[in-house]
Amino acid sequence: MDMSQTKTVVVDTVPESAVSTRNISKNYGEVEALRDLSLEFPRGQLISLLGPSGCGKTTLLKIIAGLLEPTSGEVEVNGKTVTGPGPDRAFVFQDFALLPWASVIRNVSFGLEMRGVAKSEREDIAARYIKEVGLGGFENAYPHELSGGMRQRVGLARALSVDAEVLLMDEPFSAVDEQTRRKFQEDLLGLVQNENKTFIFVTHSIEEAVYVSDQIAILLPRPSRVHEIIRPSGFREKGADNIRRDPEYLDIVDQIWASLRTYVE
Amino acid sequence: MTNAEPTAVPGAPFGAPGTKRPLPSRALVLKIVSALILFGAWEIAGRVPVSLAFPTFLESMGALFRMAVDGTLWTAYAETLQPLAVGVAISAVLGIAIGLWVGLSDFFDWLFSPIFIVMQAAPLAALIPLLVLAYGIGLTSKVLVVCIMAMPVIVLNTAGAVRNTPESMKEMGKAFLASDLSIILKIIIPAASPVIFAGLRLGISAGFIGAILAELKITPTGVGDIITYSRSIADYPSMYAAIFSIILLAVLFLNLLEKTEAVLFKGNQRGYVSD
Repeated sequence: MDMSQTKTVVVDTVPESAVSTRNISKNYGEVEALRDLSLEFPRGQLISLLGPSGCGKTTLLKIIAGLLEPTSGEVEVNGKTVTGPGPDRAFVFQDFALLPWASVIRNVSFGLEMRGVAKSEREDIAARYIKEVGLGGFENAYPHELSGGMRQRVGLARALSVDAEVLLMDEPFSAVDEQTRRKFQEDLLGLVQNENKTFIFVTHSIEEAVYVSDQIAILLPRPSRVHEIIRPSGFREKGADNIRRDPEYLDIVDQIWASLRTYVE
Repeated sequence: MTNAEPTAVPGAPFGAPGTKRPLPSRALVLKIVSALILFGAWEIAGRVPVSLAFPTFLESMGALFRMAVDGTLWTAYAETLQPLAVGVAISAVLGIAIGLWVGLSDFFDWLFSPIFIVMQAAPLAALIPLLVLAYGIGLTSKVLVVCIMAMPVIVLNTAGAVRNTPESMKEMGKAFLASDLSIILKIIIPAASPVIFAGLRLGISAGFIGAILAELKITPTGVGDIITYSRSIADYPSMYAAIFSIILLAVLFLNLLEKTEAVLFKGNQRGYVSD
């Protein structure tokens, strides 16, 4: 009796996966980029893919996005096998990938335009998300008039505006300056809390991964495999300001560095 | 006050829209000054004179005015503009279309690129007798001369620009569910447009050269006729007036093209976001 109850509890607390990758392998000719990689991405959480450069984390993200095809294995989003990009996923690019000839509002509404949303409606939605990411008043500015951080806010608004359940972020803050990056990280925590979305976040920064993630999947290179999954527990409720001096935060950062250092040339 | 005021936007401490753009009137003044210097030098060279066959600027303008009043100029342009307009239109439309095709497909690159590279390098004046042999001395040959001059650089520039579209922009299109056609129309073509327009500018100025070349080498008609005839009766002011008018037309047309580009692709003027 007790046994079965415990079991039920366990089943309840393990959240359903929004995304799962099954035995993904990816070869570029002779080079083995990913080997037999399986990971579960629980719904509503932020999961980081962290590892040294060349460990295939961006490759994995692009396979989940449907931008790359795995050599073998499959990706499921909400139980459906991925065959290409879909409306259930949106992507935030490392180099922003904004259209320089288009204003902020046209860039943000690009995804909606491609989904066939009427012009007035998509501009309403885009304007709302532009305000949400803190760019109100810049609707008609062009990307070259914005700073790096503001450009990535445009990229973020574009991804949010299509209202996909899964947000794929490829080192989104690596091209912005340190102060902007900290602000982004704080904003991201709020976003994960308010939006009912699953975030898959690729980063090479250990501190960033530990700061923003519900789970951190450590990938090791040649060929890529999941080394371990870390689930920080204690410091998330202590508020954004206190995370960076929490002992658990510091311990996890050290622990990750210890397991990665031998792989960094 | 050179520093931008801090903006109220959180997390965006820099990046107020740039204000250091030079005033358009200054560019205009510079253009006028450089034209004045050029015409002044022409006038002086004509008065020295550097050659008996070199008229002064004012004499040439006088001849231009005379031809405009008695209608010679307009009749000539009615003739010259036919092969020019047809040739430039064909070169622009077909050149960009073939260029897109060549840029998007390795097979068409292999098939077409050599033709246009040869076309660009060929000594056209030497080939004109062949064209005349094949197509006669009518409009067809002249249009072909304009096309041979104008098309290669348009095709090769377009193809190169298409091939160099930033990979992440195309990936962005795919990730946000753009169809292949949308990716071409909304991402590849606008991204390639600065280089396509540069090719158009070069191609169209070459087309102007081609149109005059055809009139000098095939049959003397239109502006080419004014040049040939004035030279044969030693009416040099008229000859230079005709040459001046065709250059003026080319410059005006290229300026118009530049304005069109600026209106169509506003943000492109200031480079890519990744810079």
